[in-house]
Amino acid sequence: MTVTIIKPKKTFSLEDIKEVWRYKGLLYFFVWRDLKVRYKQTIVGIGWAVFQPFMTMVVFSVFFGKLIQVPSDGIPYPIFVYTGLLFWQLFSSALNDTSNSLISNSSIITKVYFPRIILPLADTANKFVDLFFASLALIYLMFHYGYTPQPIGIILIPILLVITSATAVGVGLILASINVKYRDVRYVMPFFMQLLLFLTPVIYPSSIAGKYAWLLSFNPMTGVIKAARAGLLGTGPIGWHSLLISGIAALVFLILGIFFFKKTERYFADIV
Amino acid sequence: MAPIIEIKNLSKRYNITGRKRGYVALRDVITEKLRHPLTALLNLGRSMLGKNGMEIFWALKDINLSVERGEAVGIIGANGAGKSTLLKILSRITPPTEGEIRLNGKLASLLEVGTGFHPELSGRENIYLNGAILGMTRKEIADKFDDIVSFSGIGDFIDTPVKRYSSGMYVRLAFSIAAHIEPDILLVDEVLAVGDAEFQKKCLGKMEEVTGKAGRTILFVSHNMAAVTKLCPTSVLLSHGRIVMTGKTEDVINYYLAEEYKKSSDSEKLLPFKNQDLVIEKFDVTQNGTRTETLDGDRPFEITIKFETLVDLTQFRLGIYVKNSLGSVLFRSTTSDWKPELEKIKRGRHSATLVFPGKLLMPGSYFLNIHAGRFSIINYMAKQSLDRTIVVGASAYFNQAHPAERTEGELLLPSEWKLESVHN
Repeated sequence: MTVTIIKPKKTFSLEDIKEVWRYKGLLYFFVWRDLKVRYKQTIVGIGWAVFQPFMTMVVFSVFFGKLIQVPSDGIPYPIFVYTGLLFWQLFSSALNDTSNSLISNSSIITKVYFPRIILPLADTANKFVDLFFASLALIYLMFHYGYTPQPIGIILIPILLVITSATAVGVGLILASINVKYRDVRYVMPFFMQLLLFLTPVIYPSSIAGKYAWLLSFNPMTGVIKAARAGLLGTGPIGWHSLLISGIAALVFLILGIFFFKKTERYFADIV
Repeated sequence: MAPIIEIKNLSKRYNITGRKRGYVALRDVITEKLRHPLTALLNLGRSMLGKNGMEIFWALKDINLSVERGEAVGIIGANGAGKSTLLKILSRITPPTEGEIRLNGKLASLLEVGTGFHPELSGRENIYLNGAILGMTRKEIADKFDDIVSFSGIGDFIDTPVKRYSSGMYVRLAFSIAAHIEPDILLVDEVLAVGDAEFQKKCLGKMEEVTGKAGRTILFVSHNMAAVTKLCPTSVLLSHGRIVMTGKTEDVINYYLAEEYKKSSDSEKLLPFKNQDLVIEKFDVTQNGTRTETLDGDRPFEITIKFETLVDLTQFRLGIYVKNSLGSVLFRSTTSDWKPELEKIKRGRHSATLVFPGKLLMPGSYFLNIHAGRFSIINYMAKQSLDRTIVVGASAYFNQAHPAERTEGELLLPSEWKLESVHN
């Protein structure tokens, strides 16, 4: 017998986590739906997941690597920038979809109950599928240029992915809540994402900032991308210090995001 | 056993800000604050003291209700009485402001027909997706899959994307998924009013089948009094967010209609009714030359509407709707129904009279509701309705052998049967 108690909404509690677990079936269906739809609509389908970062890498390599001669810590620029792009793409696309997740599913939100947080989670989970296919190209590049990852790098990858998605989800949840109320936020998003790309050492190494490099590490993605390059390509020792900062920042963003989301969740259905 | 639905002191408050809700741009909010920094500061101060410019509106206030397992309860009330808010809280779409609801069973609602359907996905895929959204597990959906498909009659199109479905197929598939959820508590909103008549009949049929099943509890929200009477033995009357009455559906509906009738007899005070083009001065029902609202069923009666047109009008029509006591329209009649030339009317004062034949209506009470407007241009009665209630008495000539005989229906047919013996 299922017993449901409906009460005025409180802020976050342990019960919420249990509830998300109970609704994992629905989470699965949302991920499945988005994958199906995306790969049905485009002819290239899965190829798109590889094509997009790969072409970006080619363009960046030509302009930044060849023509402007951006330093790349002594490794070939294509593989250098592609490693950064992989994590950046996961971060930016997860953040973008998360912040739009409530609006794009408003017809469901106004009609059925489920823990709303499932929607951003499903969007983020989806990005991992893209990441998987895109990283096949990285493996090819590593073969091509003759790089073998350090064992520590392989172990590190899951941690880096967790930090990346926690930051994306955390910031995304805050933006999603604001987005429901203020509908112009999403039009400003692409602009800020572009700015952020240049504030993250994707196309350049963080060493380029010299003694101000520490400023960059406030951006959680800095530590992640630096550690990924160090672990996979051996650009130097793994920056545990900045990775720790990234981890803490990610955790703070995630907690803030969840609390903010929970706080505003109760009126989503009324204003979406 | 504990009641299946227990609602205790439930209230829901909405804050209505001065500005209409809807699209709010952050840009506007920021520029507004920058342009009037003092006002913004003042408002901030006020809201800290709890005195902001918000208007508080209680959509529901102190609702207490318990529903036993297997009961079918109708929820009736005028628009804005809080019916939909109650269903929204029950289905957990929006949380209450105060109070508590305890549901001892699985709840599903038929407000959700077709929710989350994705046009690109096939019928099969949408059954799984929609089922999951409505709270079924993958196994439950798989078990019922064949039933759902056969009930919907989609057949071979099950693997076609639903964007290629006709709207009829789409709705059939959506409804048959919803009909197979088998919850302990089912919420049904007027949504059933959408779709064609045949579909409505099918839904109502399925509803009756569902109510018949042991243990199924139903909350039914509708304006269709006939449907409520048919499906729900008990009903709750909501008015301005409060429960006004709970009891036998018949009693509740009678009370509700009596209240509505009081409002309609108030419409005498609304005369003369004015707007930019037209003044309705008088609306009278007369029989044998005297104004009356209690009518002899055998004799003709007439209605007279006196009005003044302030300008020349085209596409003009004036007339009445005749509604039964449950609010369904029996027929309507306007000045230009048989005379198109009357759609053009000159400025001036007019009187329109319609004679109803005797032996037309079954005994009972009926609403007469004025219609005035210009076809496809304006409905003058959109905001204010002018009604008159009439009570029609029984015909003195109708078969008197069985005085207790209850006649059904609303229209009387004065023609007689011809009965002959046949030899062959």
